[in-house]
Amino acid sequence: MAAADELAFHEFEEATNLLAETPNVTTVSRSDQRPPEGHVAVAVDPGGSYGAEDEVESDKTALLQEQQQQPGFWTFSYYQSFFDVDTSQVLDRIKGSLLPRPGHSFVRHHLRNRPDLYGPFWICATLAFVLAITGNLTVVLAQRTDPSIHYSPQFHKVTVAGITIYCYAWLVPLALWAFLQWRKGVRERMGPYTFLETVCFYGYSLFIFIPTVVLWLIPVPWLQWLFGALALALSAAGLVFTLWPIVREDTRLVASVLLSAVVLLHALLAMGCKFYFFQPLPLEHMAPTHQNTPPHPHGVLTPTPPRPTTA
Amino acid sequence: MAEAAESPGDPRTTSPRPLFAGLSEISISQDIPVEGEITIPMRSRIREFDSSTLNESVQNTIMRDLKAVGKKFMHVLYPRKSNTLLRDWDLWGPLVLCVTLALMLQRGSADNENDGGPQFAEVFVIIWFGAVTITLNSKLLGGNISFFQSLCVLGYCILPLTVALLVCRLVLLAKPGPINFIVRLFVVIVMFAWSIVASTAFLADSQPPNRKALAIYPVFLFYFVISWMILTFAP
Repeated sequence: MAAADELAFHEFEEATNLLAETPNVTTVSRSDQRPPEGHVAVAVDPGGSYGAEDEVESDKTALLQEQQQQPGFWTFSYYQSFFDVDTSQVLDRIKGSLLPRPGHSFVRHHLRNRPDLYGPFWICATLAFVLAITGNLTVVLAQRTDPSIHYSPQFHKVTVAGITIYCYAWLVPLALWAFLQWRKGVRERMGPYTFLETVCFYGYSLFIFIPTVVLWLIPVPWLQWLFGALALALSAAGLVFTLWPIVREDTRLVASVLLSAVVLLHALLAMGCKFYFFQPLPLEHMAPTHQNTPPHPHGVLTPTPPRPTTA
Repeated sequence: MAEAAESPGDPRTTSPRPLFAGLSEISISQDIPVEGEITIPMRSRIREFDSSTLNESVQNTIMRDLKAVGKKFMHVLYPRKSNTLLRDWDLWGPLVLCVTLALMLQRGSADNENDGGPQFAEVFVIIWFGAVTITLNSKLLGGNISFFQSLCVLGYCILPLTVALLVCRLVLLAKPGPINFIVRLFVVIVMFAWSIVASTAFLADSQPPNRKALAIYPVFLFYFVISWMILTFAP
């Protein structure tokens, strides 16, 4: 019977697909997606604090659509729109980045077309400082077992950490977004993510490295590698699941190259941080002049002991 | 010029109100100029006070500013919910504290260019740019505190950490060892908590209630980094 067909329950994913097709619509109201007569409307939970206002919003939707013309970039309220998140929303997005699920894109399910800049900015700042501080702490802990190691605060590492993390979190999404825009013609259904959404999911994907870096204080090498691999797997999985709906409509070659490049860059970041900030320590007390040369991230792990000064 | 009518109504009405009785007979002719001085005693005193700060002695000016700064230091050390820091903000206190901290934290003659503690400029930049970033963050999240008020609060609440640095320097004069480190760690942790409590007491009310944690977390990170710099200081 046709009526029974129309009364069929619709899966949750349809709402997110609708979101994907009309990326400029926010989820404040659902009257745009009003189902034809006879359907039972599935209550999409928009999450956060604006869930209760849906019933009242129907006549305000037109106004809201007009307000999507954002104020100019020279006004303060333009930037304020990027920080329009509550504590609960930020925590929810962090949880979503920690537990990626196949088929659930971070952008559609957690960001819901409302990207924010608070998360990426402060997660990167925290990660930079935590990297420098825990790297320094490993020297302190090693000094307790081997008093000949000379402790120094190594403050320049804060600068290096900050620059590296921020460059990664902003330049790589820029390149990715530019590439996806270039390939936009190949896709029929899904619009590409906006630049802000790309920065947003990259920023949130870096969150898992914060507890990992703290756990790297434990001086057991195989445990450090285990934690590193686990964090990298979760983080890269989140990125891949988010990018998969966009990329699967492309040719197989482009899709596989793009996804492997994303994972490779992420792995390079993780390994570079591990080698630069958590240098194995016996090497430091052998020659104080070693620290004058800029540390080379990949050559440090297998050091050749410097030759003693010739008599 | 017409006759000055001193009542809003028609003075020639046949039912005069007692208030304006007799006024209709008064007329002011053009020949008599109306002039004089209107002085209100209170007002002239204040005007006199304002203009005389130019003429007061330099000592008076400096002492007045120093007293204001000292009063704010007391408010930071004993944080209550008061508006003094917010109402009469000034940036002298933060400047003095920041310069003191940066001067004491900078490394001396380092045997090595790269390693070692922060330079003066690094401490200065971290404190001021950190405070500016936190202020921008809280304004972007919708807080209703003005830019300089927030800078003032964040700068003044570095005072407990400066005291911690002074104590650490004194403790470092003694024999080095684990007890030395434990004492310094304890002092820094206590002062760090004090800074956070003081700044939260002043800043928390200006944030929307569902975003308080988002605005306070950067303050926590800021004071944590400064505490780390103080704890790892080695002369």
